[in-house]
Amino acid sequence: MKFGVVVFPGSNCDADCYHVVQTVLGHEVDYIWHQQASLTGYDALIIPGGFSYGDYLRTGAIARFSPIMPAVIDFANQGGLVLGICNGFQILLEAGLLPGAMLKNRSLKFICDKVNLKVKRNDTAFTNQLRVNEVITLPIAHGEGNYFCDEETLTALRDENRILFTYCNASGNEGVEYNPNGSVANIAGIVNRQGNVLGMMPHPERCSEKILGGMDGYSIFASILQSFQEAGR
Amino acid sequence: MYKANIYVTLKKGVLDPQGNAVKNSLHVLGYQAVSEVRIGKLIEVWLEADDEQNARRELEELIDRLLANPVIEDYQVEIVGVE
Repeated sequence: MKFGVVVFPGSNCDADCYHVVQTVLGHEVDYIWHQQASLTGYDALIIPGGFSYGDYLRTGAIARFSPIMPAVIDFANQGGLVLGICNGFQILLEAGLLPGAMLKNRSLKFICDKVNLKVKRNDTAFTNQLRVNEVITLPIAHGEGNYFCDEETLTALRDENRILFTYCNASGNEGVEYNPNGSVANIAGIVNRQGNVLGMMPHPERCSEKILGGMDGYSIFASILQSFQEAGR
Repeated sequence: MYKANIYVTLKKGVLDPQGNAVKNSLHVLGYQAVSEVRIGKLIEVWLEADDEQNARRELEELIDRLLANPVIEDYQVEIVGVE
């Protein structure tokens, strides 16, 4: 399987994603510079975290118009797997590949912490190595992870089962006190209607090796490999 | 050359944690009369256009595409000068 990690000026989790694919998963991976205008030969794309374009205007707003983005959007529309992490999630929202927008955290603080997440579905390309209602722990690091969408969109996300991860406590209970940033419906990660594009604020790439204190992120990458093998590609 | 002031504000109903923090701070300073604070952005744009109508059309297009996010933001355009 061949991954591409898209790099914008200000991305800062690109090397972590590259490392996980190459060293931990043992698969092929390339960096894809944002000035590139075409994409060929990739099975999955990772839009990494960071502060693309210094978060100017709105998070992800400028990156969304990088030369590489029409190719990323085509790739997603053709069913290619796209994983947007943190700033990558914000870019996917701005690009319209996922619905909604990000607001500043409720606390106004940049939060760097470990959070518990509840897995809502395991029949997706990103969660097939997890169990439904399993609680996993992943790091977060963001100032604008307060996911917002209107009522109509939230109803659609719920009806179409597109919420993959919610913030919760260690026993899996959701509640405002376990929601670090004020996100609507405790949302930490959502997929598009076709299920091939995931945006999530927590960082699986920072939690995919025992030496880093946890393997829960690995399960998400392992799910991608599994779904690729199942598809017989 | 036209000069426009574009005011981008959070939509009604969208929580503004920054505005709330500033409101609380104003209360601490004793300004109890302040009941709400909402923080937005002023974006100044200079552009070439044949006339004001075309300038406005161009501005609305570029705001919709980049300057404001319709999910969370509203905007107002004010053409303030011709140079």
